Amino acid sequence: MSINDVLSSSYVKWMDSPEGNRDIVISSRVRLARNLSQIPFPHLLNQVNGEQCLELIKNAWHNTPGPVLASMDMVTFDQLSALERQILAEKHLSSPGHAESSSSLKGILVNNDGSLAVMINEEDHLRMQCLLPGLQLKECYSRVQELDDEFEQNLDYAFDENRGYLTACPTNVGTGMRASVMIHLPAIHISGQLNHILHNIDQLGLAVRGLYGEGSEPAGNFFQISNQITLGQTEEDICNYLQTVTEQVVQQEILLREKLQRDMKYQLEDKIGRAYGILSNARVIASDEALTLFSDVRLGVDMQILKGISLFSLNELMVAVRPAHLQKLEGREMDVVERDIKRAAVIKEKLTVV
Amino acid sequence: MLCDECKEQPATVHLIQVFNGHKTESHLCEGCASQKSGLILDQGSKLSIPNLLGGMFGSIYNVQDMPSLTRSIKCPNCGMSFIDIKQAGKLGCSECYKVYEQELEASLRRIHGNSQHLGKIPVRGGEKVRIKKQIEDLKDRLQEAVLQEEYEQAAQIRDTLKEMERKLS
Repeated sequence: MSINDVLSSSYVKWMDSPEGNRDIVISSRVRLARNLSQIPFPHLLNQVNGEQCLELIKNAWHNTPGPVLASMDMVTFDQLSALERQILAEKHLSSPGHAESSSSLKGILVNNDGSLAVMINEEDHLRMQCLLPGLQLKECYSRVQELDDEFEQNLDYAFDENRGYLTACPTNVGTGMRASVMIHLPAIHISGQLNHILHNIDQLGLAVRGLYGEGSEPAGNFFQISNQITLGQTEEDICNYLQTVTEQVVQQEILLREKLQRDMKYQLEDKIGRAYGILSNARVIASDEALTLFSDVRLGVDMQILKGISLFSLNELMVAVRPAHLQKLEGREMDVVERDIKRAAVIKEKLTVV
Repeated sequence: MLCDECKEQPATVHLIQVFNGHKTESHLCEGCASQKSGLILDQGSKLSIPNLLGGMFGSIYNVQDMPSLTRSIKCPNCGMSFIDIKQAGKLGCSECYKVYEQELEASLRRIHGNSQHLGKIPVRGGEKVRIKKQIEDLKDRLQEAVLQEEYEQAAQIRDTLKEMERKLS
């Protein structure tokens, strides 16, 4: 699978139905920030040292004999259209800010199923991530660590024995690691406990954000929980802590789902049925409305109120209805109204009960 | 409660600052708070991300404690001054961490509650870290040997030191 396959399909690895807490934790991610020694951080790069930086990364990718780097494809952003870059961001393989740039100094490395990706010259020279379905933080860390080890064979990392891996922003220094889970919490929301839970997560030193990370608004009861502290803890400790907190939040969500089932059976089934009704019959639908209704339908599927819809198709839909994916599918640029019409058509097609 | 500074206006800002482990608490009115600490009040435009991030590098309160501000030094590798770093909310390069080590200590403690890395050490970079550490130890031992006038031992240490330095380059 080359970069073109990643761009033309709506599939990436994290959409697969995983084992374990699959219905509540949608995906797990571990991201490592790495920089090259001496070379100015990306925000200070000019054409000359920027090319030097890119050359070093390219050489490391080419010349390292490891299986992980060999499985990855590389492209710089001057070779992609704005739409294609936005597709990468919608799939969570690049950040929205990174994908905005058409610079030849920025780019991405990605493997065949999109489980591994490296952003080149985002805030740091390298930001490598492993993104897997369900709650699999340890597996994510172990896979991204293999990638890190291979890169390191041919790159001089900026590392200090006291400060650890040096990053452009001091909030990432140390392990350079950000572990996160994407989690779906409709019952907590319906029960009016959302603010309470979010506040508690915050108190535990973890950050809660929307679907697309930093700066994005939570929508459709989908949240990203991540560690904030990167210095003074080991990578394993960070993963374990996030795992423990996530499991507790999941437990809470399960209890509240059971309570809803007991106390508000008809209202719950009504809400889910209406959501499915709108999604499968709408002719024009905006992105936010779709995401909110996906949340209800997903809850219905998880609780076996709605049958015959796979979680995979719901995961895929969440990405397939994003603006860049719709335009790629249509093969042309579309304005908001045209996209809302196309979105409704795509949902109708993919959400039919089999 | 009246403002600690002007003792006229009611104190609406309660400022707790922890610096080098020492906690100071002050109760100020808005006017005095903005004058004294450079706190941003009622200035939406200043609440930009770089400004907020820049705030992580200490407030203007402690300017006199930051030698790099008064000495106006720049990072020899990338040219960033500490003021540039505060404005950008980001450091310029790996060398900035050494140049501004002292200023960063407090910021890192504020952000992470800690300033010592405990996680992964790169194999290659780590090798260098280990050798550097050994070199530092050898230098100490060399100095001690010279002071004790144990010249034979000093010569041995000097040879090992040279060997290690050769390895490093």
